[in-house]
Amino acid sequence: MQQTSLEFSQNAARAQADADLQSALAKLQRDTRLARPVITGRLPEFEDLRDRAVAIKNHTLANLDHYLETLEANVIDAGGHVHWCNDAGDARETILQICSDAGAKTVGKGKSMVSEEIALNDYLIANGLDVVETDLGEYILQLRHETPSHVVMPAIHLKKEQIADTFREHHTMLDPARPLDAPRDMTEEARTRLREKFLSADVGITGANMLIAETGSIVVVTNEGNGDLTQTLPRVHIVIAAIEKVVPRIDDALSILRILARSATGQEITCYTTFATGPKRPDDLDGPEEFHLILLDNGRTKLLEGDFRDVLRCIRCGACQSACPVYGAVGGHAYGGVYGGPIGAVLTPALDGIDKAWPLPEASSFCGNCEAVCPMRIPLPGLMRRWRDIAHAQKLNKPGARRGLALWAWAAQRPVLYRLGARIALRVLRLLGRRRGFLRRVPLAGDWTFARDLPAPEGGTFVDRWRKENPGTTPS
Amino acid sequence: MSARDDILGRIRSAIDRPAGTGAPPPPEYANRSLIPRRAQGGPAELTARFIEMATEAEISIGRVAESNAVGRSISDWLQTEGLPTRAVMSPDPGMDAYGWENAPGLEIRRGATDGSDAVSITPTVAGIAETGSIMVASGPGTPYTLNFLPETHIAIVHADRIVGGYEDAWARVRGNGETAAALPRTVTLITGPSRSSDIERTVTIGVHGPKRLRIVLVGEIESGDDGQKT
Repeated sequence: MQQTSLEFSQNAARAQADADLQSALAKLQRDTRLARPVITGRLPEFEDLRDRAVAIKNHTLANLDHYLETLEANVIDAGGHVHWCNDAGDARETILQICSDAGAKTVGKGKSMVSEEIALNDYLIANGLDVVETDLGEYILQLRHETPSHVVMPAIHLKKEQIADTFREHHTMLDPARPLDAPRDMTEEARTRLREKFLSADVGITGANMLIAETGSIVVVTNEGNGDLTQTLPRVHIVIAAIEKVVPRIDDALSILRILARSATGQEITCYTTFATGPKRPDDLDGPEEFHLILLDNGRTKLLEGDFRDVLRCIRCGACQSACPVYGAVGGHAYGGVYGGPIGAVLTPALDGIDKAWPLPEASSFCGNCEAVCPMRIPLPGLMRRWRDIAHAQKLNKPGARRGLALWAWAAQRPVLYRLGARIALRVLRLLGRRRGFLRRVPLAGDWTFARDLPAPEGGTFVDRWRKENPGTTPS
Repeated sequence: MSARDDILGRIRSAIDRPAGTGAPPPPEYANRSLIPRRAQGGPAELTARFIEMATEAEISIGRVAESNAVGRSISDWLQTEGLPTRAVMSPDPGMDAYGWENAPGLEIRRGATDGSDAVSITPTVAGIAETGSIMVASGPGTPYTLNFLPETHIAIVHADRIVGGYEDAWARVRGNGETAAALPRTVTLITGPSRSSDIERTVTIGVHGPKRLRIVLVGEIESGDDGQKT
């Protein structure tokens, strides 16, 4: 079932009642916590590389027109074609046109988040093409008619028993009594099924982790090798990438590679990192005869001009998702959009409109974990705060919350009154909590005390205490 | 207006760079090298690190002192592992020198593969110490399918082609001032056999690409080499 961003609260409640999902998420969080020191500790230059990656992307974005034009010229020089597309509709039509020009019936697909953004598969299938996802996780999701719940671990929400059931349901040509207990069995079965698809596909569609302006190359990283088979065996290779994926030079791509897999899966580097430039050369024995690069805007130029430019540095590693306590409690689907977790809370309002996604930036404890682990140092909490401002100004959030904030703002600008109010509230809370030492329920904070108790306050207000410990000064 | 003009127009207005501004000056960071320490060192140190990192990436390694012992080493390994001894090999003439006449058990075909070959044998551009990766490049003598379709991929790495970092390996394929069209269609860093963790985060080996990656490392590194070249 496709969930919407506006129903985040209900989605979250449902996710928290789902025991299977909760155990999968708990394992992800535990693994992520344990892996982090190993990942970062093995490469003493990690922090310097993050700084460099930020500098690379900032420089590229500040000169984006130049690097895209350079990229285009080099793709053409290598014998490829470049298609500029304003939005999802443009990109879908362009890709369909390339497929029909090639007389294609079957399409093999590599994992690509931007293709999820433009709902490419449904469109191609509706237009008569047989489209098969080749990444193991994405293949499972395609059979189940589900969307990825994590940027790099798309099927993280599923248990192996559910996957085994899906395989039995769809792979009806196989013995129904075959063993499918271990991930090993299912991987082997998917390998056999998908091998036929690779070999028969007319068109291969992949995303790109990076685009390199100076050579017109695309960079695709995978662990399975499906990206390579997808871009080599079919007669036509189509790459779809958003415009912010470009970097100036090969060396820039190499610097970013040193932090990408590390942040995504805790690996030094993925098994396969391929730099592909144009179609098959005249004397090559294999490779596609046509190479098409779709350069998609889909809201990026809007982000470039405003307060959200920093988010265009994102390399889709999913580190913010794995590290986020909110994502860890509800999973990716609860966010409704293509991207869950902190990156989704910032990107989905931009892609779908803040009016359709305002609850997402609210779904944060502002613990700062996402910004701490983001290899590109994207200030995700700050950007979520910016979206909250915008949602508040457009009166999208709940009237009760707006009234509460207005009241607080009014009081906070009147220090004497505010301190008096704080002292009174403190006494009341202390009185209410004197027997147990904590409060089960607090008026106007029912959502907060729904899942936890509030410890009864001890001592005086912050200002009173400051005055006592720092005579003659006031906290500012 | 075309979508190209639309997009470039919106970008130029967003970043305040009017059309015709030209190339930006080289960014400040580009003048500073940031190669990790572990990607640096003398030949013996780099070879040792390459072996260590490749082993960690579940690549098995065989060593021979001379090129003409490669064929025999491959034949022995395939038989020990109980693997098929028919293989497809890159047509590259450089592959002729590996003493295939000393490996009578091997049956070798040269060319690309359509997926029906169980074992492939390919050359490499370089071995990369920092992550134990090998670099392969496609070309008329090195079809790309050999690196991906067979269940067993055997790659030959010369010890004198073990480099420190990714940049050093790239320098071997780039040459000076080459155009995009002069690059190989594909340049790939391979770091272990194909794998996936998509089912309950359990690592399984051999998803779409090879289930086994074997490196035959050719040549000896004298322990005294370090210090002369670093």
